[in-house]
Amino acid sequence: MVRRPFFWIIALVIAVFAALPAIGNNVEMRESLVLACVYITLASNLNLMLGYAGYINFGSIVFFGLGGYICVWLVYAHNWPLLPSLLAAGFGVSALALIFGLGILRLRGHFFALATIGIVEGVQAFAENFSPWGGSSGIYISPAVFKPFGGAAEALWVIYFAMVAVMGASLYLSYGIKSSKFGLGLLAIGQNEDAAAILGVPTPFYKALVYCISAFLPAITGGLYFFKSAFIQPSDAFDLTLSTEAIVICMLGGQGTVTGVALGAFLYEELRGYLLTSPTFADFQLTIAGVLLLIIVLFFPSGLMGFIYSRFPRTQKVLE
Amino acid sequence: MTANAAPLLRLDHVGKRFGGLQAVHNLSFDINEGEILGLIGPNGAGKSTLFNLINGVFPPNDGRIFFSGIDITGQPPYQVARHGLARTHQIVQPLTNMTVLANCTVGACFGRENLPLHRARQIALEAVKIAGLDDRREMLALQLTIAGKKRLELARALAARPKLLLLDEVLAGLNPTEVEHMIGVIRRIRDSGVTILMIEHLMQAIMSLSDRVVVLNFGEKLAEGRPAEVATHPQVIEAYLGDPKLAAELEGHA
Repeated sequence: MVRRPFFWIIALVIAVFAALPAIGNNVEMRESLVLACVYITLASNLNLMLGYAGYINFGSIVFFGLGGYICVWLVYAHNWPLLPSLLAAGFGVSALALIFGLGILRLRGHFFALATIGIVEGVQAFAENFSPWGGSSGIYISPAVFKPFGGAAEALWVIYFAMVAVMGASLYLSYGIKSSKFGLGLLAIGQNEDAAAILGVPTPFYKALVYCISAFLPAITGGLYFFKSAFIQPSDAFDLTLSTEAIVICMLGGQGTVTGVALGAFLYEELRGYLLTSPTFADFQLTIAGVLLLIIVLFFPSGLMGFIYSRFPRTQKVLE
Repeated sequence: MTANAAPLLRLDHVGKRFGGLQAVHNLSFDINEGEILGLIGPNGAGKSTLFNLINGVFPPNDGRIFFSGIDITGQPPYQVARHGLARTHQIVQPLTNMTVLANCTVGACFGRENLPLHRARQIALEAVKIAGLDDRREMLALQLTIAGKKRLELARALAARPKLLLLDEVLAGLNPTEVEHMIGVIRRIRDSGVTILMIEHLMQAIMSLSDRVVVLNFGEKLAEGRPAEVATHPQVIEAYLGDPKLAAELEGHA
């Protein structure tokens, strides 16, 4: 892997993300890139399910939100330091995903998609009524938790670099799985699950495993994101919109590709940022996302990367 | 091979019902190592159902299935594949958006030998060559013609390096030249040590290829024996072939 150009392309992306706002201490750019990191992390991990294994998961936001809750709660109620809280969020949510996965991955197609929406609603209802998590008013953490980092300003930089690292890990994970035997099995499942099983792909195990893996990094990024805000509440943590946006991003960039999904996430976040701040479009942000999805599905089913691959076939050898 | 060697595959009173329909009933037969066993019967006789029972697409209601001495009854397809049993489909099931080579690599990766990716790719290359798809290996499976897709089914199954290969109508829909070529391929596969169970409607082909033939009708075994014996079996002629002219034709080829 290290010898392949794509490995270094990812390394370059990480370096640019880390360096750009740090040069000149550009806080405004950093905040925009924080969101880009979240979108890239969520979309890349969703892509493992959607693009590789062919399962539409509307519940990717649950991983993000639950990760946030576990991390913030451990910091707030148990005074855990950030790092172990994040790891607990990652492993805890992955374990939960494995349990959910073994149940709902018996379903296919639309039924699976519906079940994942059910999980979002169910987990949100749980959070709203779970008193240790503050119910529907959520959890606030005091700014004192930023002290170990040398103050709030420094803490925000540390969190930013950690988010860039998680984003980088997501890209390497996508790439690593895609070039592995596990990835080949997943792609086979995505193409034709019955045929894959007959060829010997252990489909139930692979599906549960990828569902579990795709929960880990979003949970950690959720932990970082809500720790950074020092506040978490159910309606933010389990916002179905973000799940849908992650699906739009995968479609936009080209599901199943590593580059396309990352590029799609970045472009979508930039577009969203522009729309939200422009007075004309501020209220139509989601409408435009919907129209975008329609156009992609109708005219560019293989997304941005499909277009680039067909125009410049040589890029197929370099960009995964 | 000695006469009392354990069979590679043994069906022991296997039965399968779909609601009120008894698709396969009380069926027993053995397949010995190294032979080509032909499975024939009219449409709806239960041939493809039997394939699905053997490779675990669904479990039988009655009876047991043994593969090289192991009881595989009710095991899911991916476990059966690991034991060294590969199949092709009557209605082709390509992994459409993957290349021919990638399709075969899946077969090799997850087949009997459970190979790592780079080794699997080499085996896949060999399988692609044997099936005559060498020039099309970088094409996407969906771009192949129907004959190409049939070959892909075969190549993918071969890449798994199976002990037993189930062929479900690999000759159907091919033109005479392609049939000729495919028959040659099947013979070479058998000569390389793979046992074959094949369903085929193309009588000339199955009569000339098979060492033994099993005839199914309404899910039950009607006859079993060498092609010549089966073709002259009065019940088979009556129930299955019907047409005396076709019977004569078979005798001519057997």
